[in-house]
Amino acid sequence: MMDEISSHIMDIVANSVSAKAKNIIVVITKDTKKSLLTLRIRDDGVGMDEDMAEKVQDPFFSTKIGKKVGLGIPLLKGTAETTEGSFRLTSKLGEGTEIFVSFNVNHPDLPPMGRLKDTVFVIVAGNPEIDFQFQIINDGKEFVLDTTEIRALLDGVPINHPEVLTFLSKYLDENM
Amino acid sequence: MNLEELKKIRESAQKDVELRQKQARIKVVVGMGTSGIAAGAREVLKAFLDEIATRNLTDVMITQTGEKGLASHEPMVEVHEEGKSVVIYGNLDSDKARKIVANHIVNDKPVTEFVIEVK
Repeated sequence: MMDEISSHIMDIVANSVSAKAKNIIVVITKDTKKSLLTLRIRDDGVGMDEDMAEKVQDPFFSTKIGKKVGLGIPLLKGTAETTEGSFRLTSKLGEGTEIFVSFNVNHPDLPPMGRLKDTVFVIVAGNPEIDFQFQIINDGKEFVLDTTEIRALLDGVPINHPEVLTFLSKYLDENM
Repeated sequence: MNLEELKKIRESAQKDVELRQKQARIKVVVGMGTSGIAAGAREVLKAFLDEIATRNLTDVMITQTGEKGLASHEPMVEVHEEGKSVVIYGNLDSDKARKIVANHIVNDKPVTEFVIEVK
């Protein structure tokens, strides 16, 4: 169903947005030598109690009509487990949720990363009220995008203003 | 290209920010639930954002929503315009999204062939 790792990221971030997060941190690391790809997505949204945190990982629960959290978490967990990786969800009611996933990059069933640049762009531009911190470490090479820094420079001009969108798109093309 | 360039943008953009804050003329809501994303909602949202940037549409607001319960028609978007019915488009892709911007949002002619509901 999800043919790219970046689609999984998009989807998990959408959960954080639904959970009314104000700050979302996304850390992606790839270490070719260790054959390891990891994702960490942390939010300060409403969070879940233990019971709920377990239920959202269950595909038979999360597909029920009317639930705010869809099939995305079980799908991500499935991808992690299929590629001999790991999945961990920690959440605290009123504090937020963190998802940590690892994948074996050499596993034949690992989907490609896909359009990560588009994903970052769409996440940042599509949620102008939320602050995002993206940290992408690709074999030691680091890229950071912190919207609090952007917001400070913009001084009231929204991040989804057409001119800012044009800038952001080019900036990601050149730097990411 | 570095972030400092945002300061220049800030100066030129600040004048129409006040306008935007009053009320966006059109609000586009993109369904970004799991099924929407799996069906290509990211490309649709990207197309809307690109068109808004290229055409400098300062009075259009793009927002997103979670699961809509209409998975069979994903990717879906709703176009809200003050005083008019909400137009819901379905089964979109980036080309269709660009057509919606050109015909509906810019020229006020909804693209009836992609409409799945009006309410």
